[in-house]
Amino acid sequence: MKKGSEPIFHIVKRDVAPWYKSWGVRAIAIIAALLVCGIITTLTTGLNPIKVYATFAQGAFGSARKVWITMQNMSVLLIISLALTPAFKMRFWNIGGEGQVLAGALATAACMICLGDKVPNALLIVIMTVSALAAGALWGFIPAFFKAKWNTNETLSTLMMNYIATQIVAFFTIVWEVPKGSFTVGIINSSSNAGWLPQLFGQKYLLPIVVAAVVTASMFVYLKYSKHGYEIAVVGESEKTAKYVGMKTEKIIIRTMILSGALCGLAGWILVGGINHTITTTINSGQGFTAVMVSWLAKFNPITMIFTSFLIIFLERGAGEISTSFGLNQSFSDILTGIILFFIIGCEFFITYKIVPRKKKTK
Amino acid sequence: MKKLLSIVLAGLMILSLAACTKESPAVEPVENQENNGGENNVTPDEGQTEAANVKVGFIFLHDDNSTYDLNFINGAKEACDKLGVEYVLKTNIPEGQECYETACDLADSGCNIVFADSFGHEDFLIEAAKEYPDVEFCHATGTKAHTANLPNYHNAFASIYEGRYLAGVAAGMKLNEMIENGDFKADEAKIGYVGAYTYAEVISGYTAFFLGARSECPTATMEVTFTGSWYDETAEKEGAMKLINNGCKLISQHADSMGAPTACETNNIPNVSYNGSTESVAPNTFIVSSRINWAPYFELIINSVANGQAIPTDYTGTMETGSVVLTDLGAKAPAEGTQAKLDAVKKELQDGTRKVFDTDTFTVNGEKVNSYMADVDTDEAYEGDHEVIANGAFNESADGFRSAPYFDLRIDGIKLLDEQY
Repeated sequence: MKKGSEPIFHIVKRDVAPWYKSWGVRAIAIIAALLVCGIITTLTTGLNPIKVYATFAQGAFGSARKVWITMQNMSVLLIISLALTPAFKMRFWNIGGEGQVLAGALATAACMICLGDKVPNALLIVIMTVSALAAGALWGFIPAFFKAKWNTNETLSTLMMNYIATQIVAFFTIVWEVPKGSFTVGIINSSSNAGWLPQLFGQKYLLPIVVAAVVTASMFVYLKYSKHGYEIAVVGESEKTAKYVGMKTEKIIIRTMILSGALCGLAGWILVGGINHTITTTINSGQGFTAVMVSWLAKFNPITMIFTSFLIIFLERGAGEISTSFGLNQSFSDILTGIILFFIIGCEFFITYKIVPRKKKTK
Repeated sequence: MKKLLSIVLAGLMILSLAACTKESPAVEPVENQENNGGENNVTPDEGQTEAANVKVGFIFLHDDNSTYDLNFINGAKEACDKLGVEYVLKTNIPEGQECYETACDLADSGCNIVFADSFGHEDFLIEAAKEYPDVEFCHATGTKAHTANLPNYHNAFASIYEGRYLAGVAAGMKLNEMIENGDFKADEAKIGYVGAYTYAEVISGYTAFFLGARSECPTATMEVTFTGSWYDETAEKEGAMKLINNGCKLISQHADSMGAPTACETNNIPNVSYNGSTESVAPNTFIVSSRINWAPYFELIINSVANGQAIPTDYTGTMETGSVVLTDLGAKAPAEGTQAKLDAVKKELQDGTRKVFDTDTFTVNGEKVNSYMADVDTDEAYEGDHEVIANGAFNESADGFRSAPYFDLRIDGIKLLDEQY
């Protein structure tokens, strides 16, 4: 072999890395990310990076209220991520979480506004729940139906359904706005509190957390131990195999997307009925997309998703805090979040592959 | 190599330990949080006024990229630095539960005053005001303080229609100059206006602007387009382009990005701005900008709290209080003699010889308006509840009503191109 023809290193796929190795790589990635963030912070702002990290942590845990809000936001993101997961496991790229959440949110708000003073509160909440699940499910069903029947590209169709949902919400915001022209609905039923989801044990931040815990456990069992979960896995691995062994793939795709959409609708139900008590086009603030990352980072494992959703919310709240405390523009905290995510996502490469350097020539 | 790595790792561990010990005490006493502050948490020198005990928290819808929020941020910094009080700025707070959480968070961290700058924040700020009766909550552009019956909740706005009117005068003079130069005929003097929503604040603003322009250039007409957003650079640019293509000779706007000024600069169309000078992006076309200076209001509320006085429930800043101001004129675009004329008109407005919404200067459907019930109290009915025509004028932002604008008449001479928002 000619000298120099062999590359300096090879990229070789690893066998499945043992857990301590893969988590070790992740830990190194986080440390490296923090180092780079520290260097960039010091270079560009002259601030002490340790101080910046301390403030970062305070954003998520600085006070009892902050801890509750962190948990609440994490729960909502977790529910959306869990909702997307069965579709992803099936290799159905549901980018439509945003629209499915909005559909659920809109249905909830519609019930609160139209039925607020007409039916008893308990019945109203039942109606809200059913319509939110149904609206989300419908928003998931439409692209699934087209995919199953005519093999349309679900990435595009789910994405486009987001825009439709946003515009429908914008339309109804104008219908319900108070006062005219302000484009704000305001707090719905602020005097009667009709349709506001109940506080558990007098603690207003608790409900989303409990719902998220229940959904996580159920999703784990559903994916791992149920027949449906097995079918999803098979369709995901190979649709042809699934067909060969006699599975009705169309039915599985549609069923799974209805579940996915309904769970997103549930997140919308919490956002409107339990947290915001209003409806805006940005009520979900892009979490339908963030959830894609949460689900992927966790490799579609519901339990790991608890950690990945925590990580994302922690970064988000910490980044917000440093932009306030140090008088930095929001963009600066976005840069830091970007760097950290880059390292975390990038390190997955080193978990799947290893780099083998060129062997030194023995003289 | 391995040695080096282990040294680096050990160093990192020490660092992270240091970070942990640093953050732990801050969890308990809330006051400690502020010690890590950079320029935003200004700790006052000792021995200043009693205002030194006051801490103010500000909530902004966007950050300093929005001219609207930047105007508030500048006012906040100016007032707090002048009085030497501690303050916290929270930017990018959406109009939802997060506003309530942020307000509570600020109150938790020891703020005596919490201020929010966007209309949609109001309901959530009221919720926080109910929970923290000892903290004063102040809200710009809101409408509910005079009916909410909460002693610690207050609204504020300014008689900005007067500033808009003055800016309109400058625009009218520019139109006259262009007519004299033979750029176009007098009956082609059409103004374009990019608005956000068909909201009273916007309608009041563009009508005042138009009346100011028409007081100088009697043949002026106006077209208005709406973007459906307070901040959408693309839509504002496209809106301005549409108006320019429709034959508008001068553009003004009520939306918060640089979209319209940029479009004007590219097409060499004079522009009258809002919220602050946009001369930096439009050096050749910028005429003047009206804006609300919030510093006087912020000083008022800080001093009120420091001296234990009540904050007005519904405060209207005026030209006298220094709340309604015009920026310096642009270097190139304004017509000759604009400054002198503006000074003269301002004097007339101040001594009451000229009124912005004088009912003799406009008609609705060809008729003079002698009576109008405006929707002053916010409720779901949108019904007029107060007679606002008195002494030959529409009394905007007047005593006894509310500070936020409620002028929503569609006067003759202004054509709305779209009303979907």
